[in-house]
Parts: sequence; structure tokens; C-alpha cells
Amino acid sequence: MEQFHLEIDSRSRNEEFARVVTAAFLSRLDPTLEEVNDVKTAVSEAVTNAEIHGYGGGEGTIDIKGRIEERTFTIEISDQGIGIPDIQRAMEPLFTTDRTGERSGMGFSFMVAFMDGVFVESKPGNGTRVVMRKEIGR
Amino acid sequence: MQNSFTYEPYQQTLIIHLPKELDHHNCRNLKYETDLLFSENYINRLIFDFSQTEFMDSSGIGILLNRYKQMHLSGGKTVIYGVNGQIARVLAIGGIGKLMMICDSKEAALIR
Repeated sequence: MEQFHLEIDSRSRNEEFARVVTAAFLSRLDPTLEEVNDVKTAVSEAVTNAEIHGYGGGEGTIDIKGRIEERTFTIEISDQGIGIPDIQRAMEPLFTTDRTGERSGMGFSFMVAFMDGVFVESKPGNGTRVVMRKEIGR
Repeated sequence: MQNSFTYEPYQQTLIIHLPKELDHHNCRNLKYETDLLFSENYINRLIFDFSQTEFMDSSGIGILLNRYKQMHLSGGKTVIYGVNGQIARVLAIGGIGKLMMICDSKEAALIR
């Protein structure tokens, strides 16, 4: 097993940083370009959620833990933000709390579409943890 | 520069050249900039140029849908060109193909 742990400030410029680090780590499994892009997209969604929903655009820390076990890649993205009161509702396609009209409400749908497994754990006031799995080279 | 939007007006068309990475960070200024352009110009065709774009997540879908709604309300068209790889997959999953014309080239996008 191999793993990495990245702790980043909750700032929008770190979205790309999180994707790039994850992609570099994933490259050890010699993934296809499509597999790398799928993982990058899912990571981008979870990190953006932590930043704009978890911390409401304010200060905070986002933890990213990646793990490789044989051909299975697992990534865990967690924040200590406000949490999600109703996870099922938050995961519904097109559901968004955004009022600017700029957000699609597809973040969780994208994670589900691009990964092989998505698990979300959250408690209001206690942050959110998203764990995602992808089998590489199937 | 490669991570900001550039705007190219052409008659009643506005072409938006998208950045290399279309994520929440890079999309922050788009609403303000396009609202300004829409209020000062009569635009009935909006074209998104993806030819320099290598990555997009659902934040990109959000800004496309909101611009589409704006154009649709005023009877205008929204067209896309220059799509490749990951972008095509994200557009398909985001259901964009049902709403906007996806063209192979800038020339095609200007006349569709």
C-alpha cells in the first residue's frame, strides 16, 4: 500500500493544486488519460464543495488523503466546515443552495459518474468527509 | 493570461475564449464580465471556444447553463466549438449537448 496526505488552505486557487498532486500520485498505477481525468474531475468537485459549501468561501483547512492498494485508488477529502444537513438531498442531481445561478448542482452527480464508489459522511457543525474509489486498469 | 477569459466581439456575436482549466477558481469573474458585455451590446449569438481548454468540472457546466439561460431569454443562440477529450465527456454528462449546438470549428459556429 502507498499513500499521501495533503493539507491545504481552503482557497479556490488550491483546486488545481489538489488535482495536480492527486494526478501525480495516481500516475504510479499507469492509468489511462481518461482515468486520470475522471479522478481529477471528481477531486475538483469535492474540493470545491468543501471550499464553497463547507467553509462558505471563508477560511479553513481541507485534508486530502490518497491511497493505492493493488489496482484500487481511494481518495478521501474532508473539511471541518458546516456540514450537510441532508446528504441525500445534497446528492440529488441539480440540487444547489447557490443563489447566483452560476452553480450547476451537479457536483455529487459528477463524483458518482466519474468514480466507481462514493461515500459521504457529514454532520451539521462537524464537517464533511467524502471517500471515493476507482479501480484503475480494469 | 492562459487562465482568464478573452472576449471577441464579431457583429452581433460574442466569442468567449475559455481558459486552459475551467474550474470554480477560474470561473469567478465570468458572470461580472459577461453581464457587463450583455448590458452594453446587443448579442444574439454566444460562442464558447474550448480549443485551449484541457480541463472542466461542474463549475464549467454551471457557467455554461447560466449563459445559455440568459441567451435563451432574449431569443439568442449558444454554440460551442473546439471540444476535445475530457471536455466532451463532461459536456455529455452535464447534458449540454441537448441545449447547445456543438460545432467542429469556429467557422461552423459562426454560421450555425
